[in-house]
Amino acid sequence: MDEKIFITGNEAIARGAIAAGCKYFFGYPITPQSDIGEYLSAELPKIGGVFIQSEAESASIYMLYGGAMSGERVMTSTSGCGFALMAEGISYICAAELPCVVVDVMRMGPGIGTGGQQGQTDYRYATSGAGHGGCRCIVLAPASPQECFNLVQLAFYLADIYGILVIVLTDFIIGRMAEPVEIRPLDFGPVPEKDWALVGKGKKEGRTDRHFGGASYPPRSVGMSVPAYHEHQRQKYQKIMDTEVRYETFQAEDAELLLVSYGSSARVCRGAVELGRAQGLRLGLFRALTVWPFPRKELREAASRAGKVLVVEDSIGEFVDDVEFAVLGQVPVHLLGVWGRHQPGGSGIIHPERVLEEVGGLL
Amino acid sequence: MSSENKVKVYGTPSLRSFIPILHCPGCHYGAIIRLICENIEELGVEGRTVLLGGVGCSYAWPMLFVLDGAACPHGRAPAMATALKRIHPDTVLITCQGDGDLGAIGLGCFMNALSRGEKLTTIFLNNAGYGMTGGQMAPTTLLGQVTTTTPAGRDPEIAGYPIHVAELAAVMKGTAYSARVTVHTPANYQKAKKAIKLALQKQIDGIGYGFVEFLSACPASWRMTPSECLEFIDEKMLAEYPLGEFKNVDRIE
Repeated sequence: MDEKIFITGNEAIARGAIAAGCKYFFGYPITPQSDIGEYLSAELPKIGGVFIQSEAESASIYMLYGGAMSGERVMTSTSGCGFALMAEGISYICAAELPCVVVDVMRMGPGIGTGGQQGQTDYRYATSGAGHGGCRCIVLAPASPQECFNLVQLAFYLADIYGILVIVLTDFIIGRMAEPVEIRPLDFGPVPEKDWALVGKGKKEGRTDRHFGGASYPPRSVGMSVPAYHEHQRQKYQKIMDTEVRYETFQAEDAELLLVSYGSSARVCRGAVELGRAQGLRLGLFRALTVWPFPRKELREAASRAGKVLVVEDSIGEFVDDVEFAVLGQVPVHLLGVWGRHQPGGSGIIHPERVLEEVGGLL
Repeated sequence: MSSENKVKVYGTPSLRSFIPILHCPGCHYGAIIRLICENIEELGVEGRTVLLGGVGCSYAWPMLFVLDGAACPHGRAPAMATALKRIHPDTVLITCQGDGDLGAIGLGCFMNALSRGEKLTTIFLNNAGYGMTGGQMAPTTLLGQVTTTTPAGRDPEIAGYPIHVAELAAVMKGTAYSARVTVHTPANYQKAKKAIKLALQKQIDGIGYGFVEFLSACPASWRMTPSECLEFIDEKMLAEYPLGEFKNVDRIE
C-alpha cells in the first residue's frame, strides 16, 4: 500500500528526487530551501549517494554540470540571488544538452530580497531561460507538496528525454507548507541510454571520446557544424513547446471570468472560485503547470470562452506578461499582484477574499 | 643501414588525437601536452582518465587527447571534476587551467576543492599573461611587465602583486603534492615529467590533491621570439617564481 505522510513541499522535493533515482545533490544554503539539502545530506549517504555543500551557487551549478556528465541523475536547489549566481552554468548545461534538475524555491524581491517572505519574483527570469545566449529550460510549477513530489520526478524524466535542464519553480509558501503526500514513485517510461557519459573509457573500452561544451563542441549526432547544432536545438525546443504543455482548469467551462495563475497563488485563486461560486459568481481557474513551455493556445481558448481574465501572482507583474502574450489582446487582462506580502496594508498578503474583492470590480 | 634495423625510440604518444596542436610557434603547451600523454600511458590509467580543459588557450585541450574529456567554463573545472570524481571514484580526473582561469576567476573554486581534499590533479599553466584574449595582465604577471592592460608595466599600487599558486596550494591541508616546474631546458623537462607523475599518483593512491604549476612561454603575448622567451623565463620568471616541490606527502593526517 502506498504510504501517505505529512511533509513540507521542500521535503517532498527531496523525497521526489530520491524516488526518481537521484543520488547526487550539490547545493549551498539559502532560505527558504535549505531544508532540501539538509534532508538529502542525511539520506543520500544511506543509499550510496553523495551530498556536497558547495562554497557558492556558482560552484553548485558546475558540480551539477560535472555530475550530469557522469550520466547519473543530479540535482541542486536554490532561491533568488543564489539562482542568479547559477546563470552562466545553466547556459553551459543547456549548450551541452545535459539532463539535470534545478529547484528554485522563490523568495521575495530583487537583490537579497527577503528570504523569510513569500514571492514569485524569479518567474520572468526562470522562464526566459535563466542564462545567457538564448538558452532554454523546461520550467515546472507545482502548487502543493504532492505536486512537488510528482513534478520533480517528471522533471528528471523530461530532462533525460530531451537532454535539457529542467527547473522546478516553487515558492516560499509551497516549500514551507505541509500536507499529506502519497509517496509513490512514478514510472513515466523508458529514457534514452546515456552512452555519452564521461566515465573515463575514452581510450580503452571502445567508448567514444565525447567532448561536452556546446556550440564549440557540438554533439556528435549533429556533426561539427555550428549552424546544424543551432538548428538541432531550435527543433528540440519546438518539439517541447508542441508536446510538453501541461495545465489544469477548475470550473472554467462556463466561467464569465477566468482567474489565471500558478504555484501558491493558484491555490488562493481556487479558494476564490469556490467562494465566488457559492455566491453565484461564475468564476473559473486556469493554472499553468508548465510555465515554459507556456500553455498559450490552451489559455487563449479558455480566455476567449470566458471573455475576461484576472491574473493573480505574487509579483508586480511577471506571469501576466505570458498571459497577455497568450491571449493576443482578444480579451481584457487584469492583474492582481503584490510585491511585499509581509507588509501590512494594501500591498499585503492575497487571500481568496482579496481576489473576490478584485473580481467584484470586474464582473 | 637497412630499414629493418631501425628501432623507433620516439614518436607521437598514442593518447594524442588526430587534431593538430593549434598553439602559437614557441608556445610550451605542446611539450606539456606530450608530458601529460606520456604519464597517463606509463601509469596505465588511460582507460579511466577524464581530462577537463579551462577557458583560454587550454579550452581545446580535451580534443587533443584520446580520452574522455570536456571543456569547462572559466575557472570551474575543479567543481566539475569534483562531481565527476565523487560519482565515479575510480576515474582519474585532470584539470588543465591557465593563470586567468585558475588564478583569477576560478581561484575560489580551486581553493575550495583543495580545502575539501578532493582527489584530483590540476595542471596549472602560468604564462604571466592572458594569451587567448591578446596579452592582458594576469594575476601572475610580473611586476613591471608590460601587457596590453598594464602599458606602463604592472604597478603594484594599481594592479597588486603576482600570485604564487604553487606555494598557496601547498599550505592547504587537502593538498598532497604541489610543485612548480618548467619545460624550458631539457633537464627541467625531465623534472616536469616526474612532477606530473607524482601529482597523478597522489590522486590514484587516494592521498589527496596533486598540483603542478608550469612556467610556460607565450611568445605572442610577450611579443618575443621563442628563444627570447626562454631567456625571459630563466632571468625574470624564475626570479619571481622559484622552481621545486612545495609539498609532497604520502598521508594527510
